[in-house]
Amino acid sequence: MAVNPPPPPETKINPNDPQVVAEKIKTVFADAVESASAQGIVVKSDKLLDVTRYLRDKLSFDYLNNVTSVDYPDRFEVVYQVSSMDRGGAPLTLKVNAARENPTVPSLVPVYRGADFQEREVYDLMGIQFPGHPNLHRILLWDGFEGYPLRKDYKEPYYEEEKKPFGTRWDQGHHVIAEDRNPWHDNVKYPANFDAMSYKPTQEIYPTLGLAEATSTRLRTDKIVVNIGPQHPSTHGVARLKVTLDGETIVAVEPVLGYLHRNHDKIGERNTYLQNIPYTDRLDYFTSMSNNFTYVIGVEKLMGIKPPERAEYIRVIMAELTRWQSHAVAVGFLYNDLGAFYTPLLYGLEERELILDLFEAVSGSRMMCNYMRFGGLARDVPEDFLGKVQYLVDERLPKRTDELEAYLIKNELFLARAKKVGVLPRDLAISYSTAGPVLRGSGVKYDVRRAEPYSIYDRFDFDIPTGTTGDLYDRTIVRIAEMRESLRILKQALKDVPAGEIMTGKKNYQIRVPKGEVYGRAENPKGELGFFLNSDGSPNPYRYHVRSPSFINMGALNEMAVGHKIADLIVIFGSLDVVMGEVDR
Amino acid sequence: MAFGLGLLNGLRYTFTRIAKTYIGDLRHLGRSHDPKEFARRQSVRGDGIFTAQYPEERVPVPENFRFVPFLVYEPKLDESGKPLVDAKTGKEVIGVERCTACGICSKVCPPQCIWIVRGTTPEGRPKPQAAEFYIDIDICMNCGYCAEFCPFDAIKMDHDYELADYERHTSHVYDVKKLLKSTTYYSKIHPQDWAREEADRKAKEAAKAKKPA
Repeated sequence: MAVNPPPPPETKINPNDPQVVAEKIKTVFADAVESASAQGIVVKSDKLLDVTRYLRDKLSFDYLNNVTSVDYPDRFEVVYQVSSMDRGGAPLTLKVNAARENPTVPSLVPVYRGADFQEREVYDLMGIQFPGHPNLHRILLWDGFEGYPLRKDYKEPYYEEEKKPFGTRWDQGHHVIAEDRNPWHDNVKYPANFDAMSYKPTQEIYPTLGLAEATSTRLRTDKIVVNIGPQHPSTHGVARLKVTLDGETIVAVEPVLGYLHRNHDKIGERNTYLQNIPYTDRLDYFTSMSNNFTYVIGVEKLMGIKPPERAEYIRVIMAELTRWQSHAVAVGFLYNDLGAFYTPLLYGLEERELILDLFEAVSGSRMMCNYMRFGGLARDVPEDFLGKVQYLVDERLPKRTDELEAYLIKNELFLARAKKVGVLPRDLAISYSTAGPVLRGSGVKYDVRRAEPYSIYDRFDFDIPTGTTGDLYDRTIVRIAEMRESLRILKQALKDVPAGEIMTGKKNYQIRVPKGEVYGRAENPKGELGFFLNSDGSPNPYRYHVRSPSFINMGALNEMAVGHKIADLIVIFGSLDVVMGEVDR
Repeated sequence: MAFGLGLLNGLRYTFTRIAKTYIGDLRHLGRSHDPKEFARRQSVRGDGIFTAQYPEERVPVPENFRFVPFLVYEPKLDESGKPLVDAKTGKEVIGVERCTACGICSKVCPPQCIWIVRGTTPEGRPKPQAAEFYIDIDICMNCGYCAEFCPFDAIKMDHDYELADYERHTSHVYDVKKLLKSTTYYSKIHPQDWAREEADRKAKEAAKAKKPA
């Protein structure tokens, strides 16, 4: 297994550079490339499958980071980010154009299985067809939904104006309650001639029925479909798992998502860049500090500014504290799923409370931190903050990490339930675009902090823990090991936090973002969180997309769960550590 | 490892925790909600039980805590320099409203919950004072941008988080009357911010006074 080397020095040819890769593609497929620039390679739609296969097999771009789409006045564009697990470095951007009428782009599922959920999302929200997709239907919205909400001409129910700030607020802002502006029965748009009583879903409700023959020869059993959720305590929020069972053995699992869907992308396009920061808090609400961090990194890339040293250090401290507490809660909740109700969870939550106390003292809110700004931080930390973190990092958290490991990981009951359960082999983990502890649990040594170091992570000495078999046990072990690595980073960061400014330039509520496109990413506790931003130079982003690790990790659930018992499904689902606020967006 | 040892090992932690909680209780025998003990339990050095028995016990909020904005006014002062208090309402009499109705808070507000009508002079020209100012607290997401970007220190974040109500359509839309709170209140909940802002203001005034001389 290759170790991610540090990014090659400038003088060497960068193998991930779009122009370099485009030349290589041209030698094999002469007319496949339409154009190539630093923004990415535009590939012809009918050659997309060939090109991606070539990229995967010959140039080792084996990982599909992100699939999204942009609605331009004259065309649609589907944007792919691919990267190499072994080589690391910045992801390569591929683009495919599609016509305005009946946009179609070939499906990438045969090449990257991780494209499954992401293409369904693009189809759902942008209305682009993906011929060759095995199961192309809406994923976040319901089947009878009218329209494609991410298209620029779509107007949502409580629509006021195209962009914020709304002109009605100032200087003649006579208050109107939202329900008065749009009464409750007018806030849903139904298709023409829609009749609720005779409505039949276009999708077969139980497509997984009849997938396999009954396995037992002695006793013939029928397969049944069980819905777990959406109101079920073990689904970590409102998710529904449509499970096909043969007796108690799982034949197929299909996650049904979208119960918390609010179209974060569309809200983000209505907002200004600054107004998006508090909204990112609400994605994965366990890790709001890192969400802020990632979004701010993306916009700073576009603006070409860098925060001062002190701000960089404080950002890293916040991100690593977030990682520790997120993993502590993940391990705690896993025990809930295993049937050890609430006692182990509360041990994790107790330490989390202390970290949240610190976040509250710094930012003013425990979970919705809204602490990072473009070019710095909202405010400096209180005087006693660093001392408190130092005490936690030196004295308290290492002990708690050991304790968590000792009473959980060394417990035979856990070993019996976790070993060889929910196995995700290395190649499948990559193919399914899983990220974070799920990917590393399967033995892939990939961490964005090392592969494409952002902020000041290149200054710290830390390891990337990996598992070997990719089972539930490995994923949990990786989380605990990462908690230790976080503490290691924290210790190094605390040692040399410089004094000084926390903000580059003056604080301004009107932010100028130059034209351009960027995919900003960072290693969140749940995996690679990415923000795809397309700026047209106006105060609001033209396109704003979130690559949500929880959502994409969920795509591998079926692969892990088939063949196990239903009790194991709950634990496998728990080991993915998904947060529905981020899955449904 | 013999089967069951790991299990017993895990239980040892659980029992240690229980014991620690009871030791804490014994230390403050008969005073179950002792504030000192509560503060210790909640601190980074706490062990044993860490839950707060709300509403008997309340976790104190830090100064930066933000919850629903309010408008700041400077109270009218009497001869001795103390704020005048209205005998009827028990509130300090409004001297100067700091808000100039510039609209930055309503422009920066992410969910757009601030509505401002700018005041006009009798001649019909715009006046730097809000005629109407509404905050829809059902929509407010407590992000604190309004307070952060206000150039006049006129809007600040409150600490009062107990806003439960029986009705939401009229009582959850705060108008100027409900939003205005005096600087005395502000200096109490944000002592450090207040001291810093006052020092800045005094430095600016001193610089201004120096210039013409």
